[in-house]
Order: sequence, then structure tokens, then C-alpha cells
Amino acid sequence: MRNRKDQISYHIMLLPGMVLVAIFSLLPMVGIVMAFQKYMPAKGIFGSEWVGLKNFEILMKYPDVRNVIINTLVIAIAKLVLGIIVPVVFAVLLNEVRNAGLKRTMQTIVYLPYFLSWVILAMMFQNMFSYTGMINQLVTAFGGEPVMYLISNTYFRPIIILTDVWKNFGYSAVIYLATITGIDPQLYEAGEIDGANRWDKMIHITLPALKGTIVLMSTLALGNILNAGFDQIFNMYSPLVYETGDIIDTYVYRMGLEKLQYSMGTAVGLFKSVVSFVLIVSSYKLADKFAGYRIF
Amino acid sequence: MKRKLNVVDYIIIIFLLLLTFSCLVPILNTLAMSFSDKTSAALGKVTFLPVNFTTAAYQEMFQDNRFFTAFGVSVFRVLLGTSLNLIFSIFMAYPLSKSKKEFGCRNIYMWILVFTMMFNGGLVPTFLVINQLQLIDTIWALVLPGAVNVFNTIILMNFYKGIPSALEEAARVDGAGPWTILLRVIIPLAKPSIATIALFAIVNHWNAFFDGKIYINTPAKQPLQTYIQALTVQLSPQAMANMTPDEIIRKMEVSNITFNSAKAFVSMIPILAIYPFLQKYFVTGIVMGAVKE
Repeated sequence: MRNRKDQISYHIMLLPGMVLVAIFSLLPMVGIVMAFQKYMPAKGIFGSEWVGLKNFEILMKYPDVRNVIINTLVIAIAKLVLGIIVPVVFAVLLNEVRNAGLKRTMQTIVYLPYFLSWVILAMMFQNMFSYTGMINQLVTAFGGEPVMYLISNTYFRPIIILTDVWKNFGYSAVIYLATITGIDPQLYEAGEIDGANRWDKMIHITLPALKGTIVLMSTLALGNILNAGFDQIFNMYSPLVYETGDIIDTYVYRMGLEKLQYSMGTAVGLFKSVVSFVLIVSSYKLADKFAGYRIF
Repeated sequence: MKRKLNVVDYIIIIFLLLLTFSCLVPILNTLAMSFSDKTSAALGKVTFLPVNFTTAAYQEMFQDNRFFTAFGVSVFRVLLGTSLNLIFSIFMAYPLSKSKKEFGCRNIYMWILVFTMMFNGGLVPTFLVINQLQLIDTIWALVLPGAVNVFNTIILMNFYKGIPSALEEAARVDGAGPWTILLRVIIPLAKPSIATIALFAIVNHWNAFFDGKIYINTPAKQPLQTYIQALTVQLSPQAMANMTPDEIIRKMEVSNITFNSAKAFVSMIPILAIYPFLQKYFVTGIVMGAVKE
């Protein structure tokens, strides 16, 4: 009888949390039906007219939507690729620094931006990239013409990508540094006896040791391919750069909560959720297959 | 054997130092801005050191009640939100750490939770649910929707799984049930993991702005990041759509850079204050979450 009592306790431990999950995660999933309706707030989801796939057909015809999907993919993929390369390079180079104090200091500083909010960082970058800001002071000092970077469709995407990589590289590097610390020093010693120089050791010992982690991190990142970074872009963009900087999440926000087109906003959101779901599940499957990684 | 530093070493060190310094630039720049006079700041004369040092921006800030109200809301939100996150993670992780044999329904719960982690209803339906529940304009809209953090719960569950079962069995022999075991045996051992997820929860709650923007309409109830966000984006996208680039430039120039920089800097202080703890725990945190063997 002991076991039955335990079972009940286990259920009680889970119950309050499950109620919140039901309300705030599962209930909104019911709301997805709005994507297939002409939703009227006054009529609710039970009284609104069903329109089948008409909302999606309309969306396909919007020139914005195509643009938004392209922007999302370009920005997210660039962030993903650089978001792996930069931390790996940083970790490998940091490993070359002999002075332990210097190494620790640098490591401590680089992950600071990760913990600051995009609201604050966007404000800083708006100052730095403004017409009279630091970057333009530098440009004019070298004889260039000042540019309004954040409202320029040429510069907006690169700035978004670089500032994001900048914010996160120190944090991401921690995992690679942990892997590097785990490399058997005997490997390097053996390499030295064989006459390997610094470069050889980097290419033939350090990088191969990181291969597993790199593959794992890239695979897991696949699930984020439709997440181009709402918080960042929302705080840095303006209508002047919608052409190159508007992404699915910002579009859903404006469509759904600013223009109050509930059905359209839900439809775009649903598109994102479904594609992301497929990507996340596949990425976990791949991670399990290639790296034996299992989150639960 | 100590090797002498050669040219390559110096190049690497200089490169890394530049990269490291770049991570301080925006913070130094904001700090310098906040202590400079308005004209110099607006003309872009400030880089890393204040120009015409003045504390005017801070004096102005201390008279600004809105700022302190928002600061208070954020502190309250962090306390309430983090406590909820911890309570749910600690209690939910325990039954989930049991095997299917020990807890028959374990996998059903697990699948529901993992499903909500991978799929969501999207912004608009979530907003409407919170609206329907009449949570708009209350602190609950900021803390309840994210109260159950599945990812943190899984991290903690994995940690619980790693605790030797002999400890639990010993407690059982002494007649302890699941509640006693969780409170007396598991939680004391899981303290470092709990500290890790607590720190992450604090940072997340402190930095969140968007929920405050869409769910809280009364300015006096908005958290700090939402308040600061509204300061920087004084120009609504709709207004800007109808302006020429020249007009936008002029509008942007009159924005109060020094005042805003002072607020931005003060809002960073809590994060800087817990930074040493973050560092101590977060390495274990990421390693736990990402490279679990």
C-alpha cells in the first residue's frame, strides 16, 4: 500500500504546475483554430465564421510575407553559422594564452553582454550607430561620409547579425572551453615530440577534439532557424528597414497586436510553430543519432 | 619548461584583448554618456570618458518617480517570478526523476511537458487567453505564463537522477515518504543546481520587456525594461512611416541621450551585482544543460 501513497504524492507534486501548463500552454493551442476562421472578438472562437485555408491563401499573396520569411532565414542562418565559428575561434585562441590570470580576466569579461537585455543594448547601439555616434566619428575621422546605419537597408542586417554574435560569443565559448580543458595534455606532449608546431596542434588535436561539440551545437541550433531574434530586432528596427529587417516574429506582433488582425497573426504564428516543431524534433533526433545526446 | 612568448603569442593576445575590450565598449560608452553634458553627448563627442563631467543626468533621474516605480515593479517581479519558477521546478522535477516502474504516469507527464517546450500556440492566442483570464494589467500576467519552465525542470530532473539511490533508500528504511525525502534529502543535495536555475530566472525576469509592454497598460505598473524601452522608442513605427529620413534624424537628435544612458546604467547594476555568482554557477549550468553525457 506504500506504493499507492507514493504515487498519489507524485501526482500532487506535479498537479499545480500541470494546471498552469494547461492554461498557459495548451489552451492557446486551442486558439490556433482562429487561423482557420474569420475571427471576430465579439463572437469568440465558437461563433466566428470558418474560412478554411483562406487566410493562408491571402497571406501567400502579400509581398511582405515572402520578404519576411527570407529576412528571417537569412538573419537566423547567418547568426547560426557565425554563432558557432566565432566562439570556437575564440576558445581555441584563448587556449593558447599561457598567463592564467589574463585568460580568466578575458573570459570573465566576454560573457558579460550575454546577461544584458536587448532593451539596454539596443539603446547603446542606437547611440553608437547614430548620425553623430561613435562609429560615424570614426568614419569621418578617416575621411568617410557619415551614414545612418540603423535606417539603411544595406547596413541593417549586418549590424543585427554582428551585434548578436558579439552578445553571445563569450557565453557560447564556455562549452567549447570546457571541452578543450578535457583534452588529455599527453596528446599535446606526444605531438610536440613528433615535431608538431602550434598550428599543427590546433588543427590536429584541438579542433578534432571539438568536433563532437560543434556538431552537437549546430544540430541543436537548427531548431532555431525561424527565430531570428525578436527582442533584438524589435528594439533596433524601424519602418525604414522593414525591407531587410522585418522577421516573422515582428510581423506577427504588428499584424496581431497592433493591427488587431487576430486571424492573420495566428496564421503566420501557426506557420512558424509548425515548421519550428518539425525542425526541433528532427534536430533532437539528429543529435541523438550523431552525438548520443538526449535531453531527457 | 617555460616557453618564451613569440610574435604569434603577442598577435593572439592583442586580438583577444581587442575582442574582450569590445565587450566593454557599449557599457563604458553608456557610463561616459551618462556623466557628460547633453550637448557633447548629442554631438557624438563622448566615447569612453565623460566630456564636461556632470551628474545632471543622475540628479534628473533621482527626481523621476516613474523610474523608481518601475524599478520597484521589476524587483517585485523578480522575487515573485523567481520563487514561482523555483517552487514548480523543484517539486515537478522530483516525480519526473523517477523511473516508469516507480511512477507509472511519469512518461505521460513528460511528453506533455516536452511537447509544450517544442510547440506553442503563438503570440496572438496566448495574448487572448491572458486577456480572457483578466490578467491584463496585473503582475500575474508577467509571472504566471512562464512559471513552469520546462527546460529548467529537466535540468533539475537530470540532477536528481544523479543522486545515489542508496541515500533515498536509507531514508525510506527510516520511514520517510516522498515529501520528506524531497525536502530533507534531495533539496539539500541539489542546492548548487537550484542556485543555477535561480540565477537564470532572476536574469530572465529582470531583462524581460515584451510581456510588460503587451500585458501591462498602466504606466505605474510597468517593469523597468518596459519603461526604458518606451523611452528609447519615442517614435512609434506608424509615426515614423510618414516622416522623411531628415525628420527622423532631427527627432532622434533631440532625444535625451544622457538621461536615458543614466537609466540604462542603473538598470544594469543588479545584473552586475549578481555577476560574480552568475559566473560561479552558470558554467555548470550550461554544461549541465548542453553536454549531458
